[in-house]
Amino acid sequence: MTTNVESVAPPRTSVGVLGWLRKNLFSTWYNSLLTLFAGWVIYSVVSQLLAWTFTAAKWQVIAANLRLFMVGPYPPDQVWRPWLVLAMTAVLLGMSAGVWGGTLRTFALWLAATFATLLVIALIVEGWERQLAIFSGKGNWWQAIPAATWLLLNLLLVIVGYFGTRGRKAWGRTVILAWLVSFALTIVLLQGFQKNDLVPEVSTSRWGGLLLTFMLAAVSIVVSFPLGVLLALGRRSQMPAIKWFCVLYIEVVRGVPLVTILYMTQIMLPLFLPGEFRLDNVLRAIAGMTFFTAAYMAENVRGGLQAIPTGQAEAAHALGLNDFLVTLLIVLPQALRLVIPTTVGLFISLFKDTTLATIVALLELLGVGRSVLAQPEFLGLQTEVYVFVAAIFFVFSYAMSYASYQIENALGVGKR
Amino acid sequence: MKKLLLVLSILFVFATLVAFIPAPPAAPQTVIALAPAAQATATPAPTATPVAGGRLALVKNRGKVICGVNDALPGFSALDKTTGQFSGFDADYCRAVAAAVLGDATKVEFRPLNTGQRGPALQTGEVDLLIRNTTWTSSRDTAWGLFAPTTFFDGQGIMLKKSIGAKTLKDLKGATICVQSGTTTELNLTDQMRAAGVDFKPVVFADIDPTYAAYEQGRCDAVTSDKSQLASRRAVMKTPAEHEIMDVTLSKEPLGPAVPLGDDQWFNVVKWTVYATFQAEESKITAKNVDEMVKSTDPVIQRLLGDEALAKGLGLDKDWVVKVLKAVGNYGEIYDRNLGPNTPLNIPRGLNKQWTDGGILYAPPYR
Repeated sequence: MTTNVESVAPPRTSVGVLGWLRKNLFSTWYNSLLTLFAGWVIYSVVSQLLAWTFTAAKWQVIAANLRLFMVGPYPPDQVWRPWLVLAMTAVLLGMSAGVWGGTLRTFALWLAATFATLLVIALIVEGWERQLAIFSGKGNWWQAIPAATWLLLNLLLVIVGYFGTRGRKAWGRTVILAWLVSFALTIVLLQGFQKNDLVPEVSTSRWGGLLLTFMLAAVSIVVSFPLGVLLALGRRSQMPAIKWFCVLYIEVVRGVPLVTILYMTQIMLPLFLPGEFRLDNVLRAIAGMTFFTAAYMAENVRGGLQAIPTGQAEAAHALGLNDFLVTLLIVLPQALRLVIPTTVGLFISLFKDTTLATIVALLELLGVGRSVLAQPEFLGLQTEVYVFVAAIFFVFSYAMSYASYQIENALGVGKR
Repeated sequence: MKKLLLVLSILFVFATLVAFIPAPPAAPQTVIALAPAAQATATPAPTATPVAGGRLALVKNRGKVICGVNDALPGFSALDKTTGQFSGFDADYCRAVAAAVLGDATKVEFRPLNTGQRGPALQTGEVDLLIRNTTWTSSRDTAWGLFAPTTFFDGQGIMLKKSIGAKTLKDLKGATICVQSGTTTELNLTDQMRAAGVDFKPVVFADIDPTYAAYEQGRCDAVTSDKSQLASRRAVMKTPAEHEIMDVTLSKEPLGPAVPLGDDQWFNVVKWTVYATFQAEESKITAKNVDEMVKSTDPVIQRLLGDEALAKGLGLDKDWVVKVLKAVGNYGEIYDRNLGPNTPLNIPRGLNKQWTDGGILYAPPYR
């Protein structure tokens, strides 16, 4: 025999939003008190923050100096070159997203969304007429292309790149090659040539802002990576001269703060260079950061090398591979996969360490911020400028760490 | 095979090391301390390697003047939002030199330097001239480089509320004065007030921001610091018009351009470029009227604006002063554009007036 139990809905206070609130925030009298207190603190902080952001803050300082923040003292009539570099990056990222999908697609999507948002803002600020004015095609019209047009172009390039290569795995090799070529092309394009009217020389002393921050970080990362791998292999070498050279290099560099190295490159180096041989101070800073990062990179890689069981190398030898091939094909790929998290961590900290160049008076993003604060009409706006600079650093650092997490997942680090 | 590799690797390392060892310098090098104060007193500094043919020829060949400036000092040098280049009082003097030597004020490569970098940059000849609010002192003159005439006589000053209406130190009797501790500022204040026989109450702060905050909140009647700094701080106060900088000076801080040691010709060029801006103001020649002034019959103006022999003596073109004035204007114009009453800084001219107006700007005769 069965009894019919009438199903009764649970009391309204134990389900839904109310139930959740009751369970998590107001379960006991002291929890309720803490909740109210925390709520009050959050409310007062957030409301103050919002009030400041939208009413008190004088964002004109950012708007008026946006070009300075982006490219620093780069000649205004040559700003089309950094824009072109950005366009190149946009199309390559679009193509990469098309070929490999996954995380890259997320990145391309975000980039496209950013371009679209900025495009709307730029259009409101600049208006339609200025965009159309470039079709008059007078003189060096490309020097006068407004920001909105560039942004539209970049947006289109991401989309075209993506749909042009979607699902075509065969393009992978070409795209990787294109990335490498674009890196060299970027430097050549930004630097220009002496006595060339189309792309006149812009010495590195006129690179600045976010552009310089990127170049400092990118060159250091790209160059220090292979250097670090070589140093790590050298440190494990059987040959004493190489081994001790690497040990000496790594330990000396790691034993010295980055600021010291930057000071060395800026102040001591000119004393050793002969008379009229001048090395640009931006190049000196890049060299300093590269040598510094290489030492840390080497220790990261060495950690990965040590984690590979010797059986792997022995098995490879048994298959008839020589020392070189064993390292290249068996040991290194596994070791590098292991050290992705620490390596990306290193790169993020390197990206932020570029701000130390401010101390030696280079005009990277933070340095430009300092200089903008010395403009007589914008005195005393420290908060606005530093909040803006911090936001930019956060966006890029977070993007890097997100990318690293996704790469780890894709490669199955910690799962296999 | 292994042995061969070992030998090769040793050779490689040696080669690398040798390649990195710098060529032995001609003169014995001395170690340079980072702190300019420490270094200036003791070490005979390594002089810039003399440039063959002189720096003037070098600059003309290179086609640009490399000028060491401050990276961020309100009114003196900061990035300009439209040109993207440095602008300000110091930056304008870099341009003046470029106009004098190369005939084009835009041919300047600005090299932002911090306080630690500026001395070595001048000593090694990395910069052609240094115009970075650097006080001319005896030790720097001998160790860093030669100082051209002072372009800005800064000095410790006192800012107070206009309502107090004090004109001299004596009027500050019994006043409370905000001052930053541990600086020469504090010492100068005490010395000067004692010399004037005036009692006052110092309110001492460890940091610079609290010092000005306390003054603005009314905890002190006055605040003391370098005049140019007082001016830039006043500009960001809530009601700048209520505060004034007294026309008294408690210490000497002559700021001016300096050039590497050991090149008299280049030193003369920089020196006389500065004097030309002084003389032009005294003779009332401006960027606007310079074209008419060229036709002037006044012998002083004639010599200044177009004397072949005098210009040749400096190694410059006949009309170099005209180019300087067209590019940056006379001293008064440079001052007003960057620090004058129409700028947020509004620093009173004070000592930086012509000697004919009671200041100490005094250009030697151009003849």
